[in-house]
Amino acid sequence: MAHAERPDRAAGSPPPPGGTAPAEVIKAVRLRHPVRNLIAVVLAVYFVAFLWDASTRKAFQWDIYIKYLFDQRISAAALVTIELTVLSMAIAAVLALLLTVMRLSSNPVFRSIAWFYVWIFRGTPVYVQLVFWGVLSLIYPTLQLGLPFLPPVISFATGQALSFFALAVLGLALNEAAYLAEIVRAGILSVDRGQEEAAIALGMSWGQSMWRIVIPQSMRVIIPPTGNEFISMLKTTSLVTAVPFSLDLYARSRDISAETFTPIPLLLDASTWYLFMTSVLMVGQYFLEKRFARGISSARPEKAAAAPDTREEAIG
Amino acid sequence: MTGEVPMVEAVQVSKSFGSNQVLKSISLTVARGEVLCLVGPSGSGKSTFLRCINHLETVDAGRLRVDGTLIGYREKGDRLHELKPRDAARQRRDIGMVFQRFNLFPHMTALENIIEAPIRVNRANKAAAIVRARELLARVGLADKADAYPAHLSGGQQQRVAIARALAMDPKLMLFDEPTSALDPELVGEVLDVMKQLAQSGMTMIVVTHEMGFAREVADSLAFMDGGVVVESGDPRTVLADPQHERTRAFLSKVL
Ligand SMILES: Nc1ncnc2c1ncn2[C@@H]1O[C@H](COP(=O)(O)OP(=O)(O)OP(=O)(O)O)[C@@H](O)[C@H]1O
Ligand SMILES: [Mg+2]
Repeated sequence: MAHAERPDRAAGSPPPPGGTAPAEVIKAVRLRHPVRNLIAVVLAVYFVAFLWDASTRKAFQWDIYIKYLFDQRISAAALVTIELTVLSMAIAAVLALLLTVMRLSSNPVFRSIAWFYVWIFRGTPVYVQLVFWGVLSLIYPTLQLGLPFLPPVISFATGQALSFFALAVLGLALNEAAYLAEIVRAGILSVDRGQEEAAIALGMSWGQSMWRIVIPQSMRVIIPPTGNEFISMLKTTSLVTAVPFSLDLYARSRDISAETFTPIPLLLDASTWYLFMTSVLMVGQYFLEKRFARGISSARPEKAAAAPDTREEAIG
Repeated sequence: MTGEVPMVEAVQVSKSFGSNQVLKSISLTVARGEVLCLVGPSGSGKSTFLRCINHLETVDAGRLRVDGTLIGYREKGDRLHELKPRDAARQRRDIGMVFQRFNLFPHMTALENIIEAPIRVNRANKAAAIVRARELLARVGLADKADAYPAHLSGGQQQRVAIARALAMDPKLMLFDEPTSALDPELVGEVLDVMKQLAQSGMTMIVVTHEMGFAREVADSLAFMDGGVVVESGDPRTVLADPQHERTRAFLSKVL
């Protein structure tokens, strides 16, 4: 009977007892960790006690928490937080690419400007930067908009043209660009110089070699930390109150609590929403990292030669 | 050869990196259809010279012409003007280059590697580029590897794809910088075979190599470089059998 069964067994599972060919399974006395186990039990008890205490603690006002968790204003504010995050990340990404090109340029003026930008924006707190953006119209009552190094295209009054929302997005984006620029630069430097050289030798322009050859390969280095930045940005948006912009998740829940005099449950509501949104991003981040950690070659397995089943395995 | 413009003409070409003069007044010509092997010890400037020919490096002094066209500069009156990047890129289209480390694009299949430049640079029709790429793959013996990524190919196969990639631009001149030096010994032959075929088809080639067997069998001429100068050159069989200079003899005794 044991013999008939054996071929079906998965590799690595223990052989049937009494089997003839394989060596006997070791039946040793397990090593015990009494102190470790004791600490674990104590921690578990504390944790459960904390939860039980929290669930019954008056100050948390769980009834209020539940009442406002799906309040229209709170969920609308969560949407604003997402808008702030996505918009500022998108603008930051474009700026970061520009900064990286400037930093890799052979022109010392471009390099210095990019360096100076990164120095300022990484070296000062984002909260302070946001306060500055808030008082922009006091510093520069009129703004002239134009591309760098070109004469201004439009001129307008700062206060009218830029809402607090726009200032918040701008403030977050300009700060983030400095960090993303570092990430993009590291990604581009991670690609072998021979790649650009081979592209140039084929007659491609510098732009083509960057866009078609270098940047796609740098993505595996750029994407994982950029995912972290995204999660980080979602939380940093709670600082836009410094502008002052007050329709994001944190500011909105605080404003509601100012009316209801229940700050603690509304803080919990905001935290719950933040936690939910960052958790979704973390799951996305996990899959992105899994995909890009694999390296370029195996991220896209051989198209024709690989059998369909091995291919599914590699992707899944 | 009389009256005909040589494919490559170097006249007193010099090049320095800072205070380090790497090329010292190199003069040589390569006729149309000729295969020149460039040999010499490490650091003698062989790679630098090749890189000057397709303007990956700029020449400091002297003149370098490919098919009659000055490389890297434009002559206006008696002054030289540096070429704009777009014009330099145009010159490189006609010059294929094969690197020691292959430098295939790892995120593209063999076929995609080959059609990239024809499509992006020459604005070739994609379907036509694919047909041509398959022909080239068959020519280097890799018809069945069109959809393989470089990481799934052996070194010898990768180098053959790299040769096909360079040929896809229909170059008039092919530069090889130690194309077999990074290969396991048993893979060297397949790459040399492809190069030999190419030489027989009439391609003008400059090959930096330590494969003296290849030089003897395939090359029309051989130049020995040391310390940034061409120490001696001539018919490969003659130079290899009876080197005239002490430095050549010392070098050959090490590699032969
Ligand atoms: N980009 C560079 N900057 C500074 N020095 C360089 C550069 N490229 C090459 N050199 C120097 O120029 C000299 C010649 O280098 P080159 O690569 O041309 O030699 P080679 O003959 O190809 O040697 P090998 O057989 O090792 O490839 C070396 O001393 C090298 O250090
Ligand atoms: Mg070299």
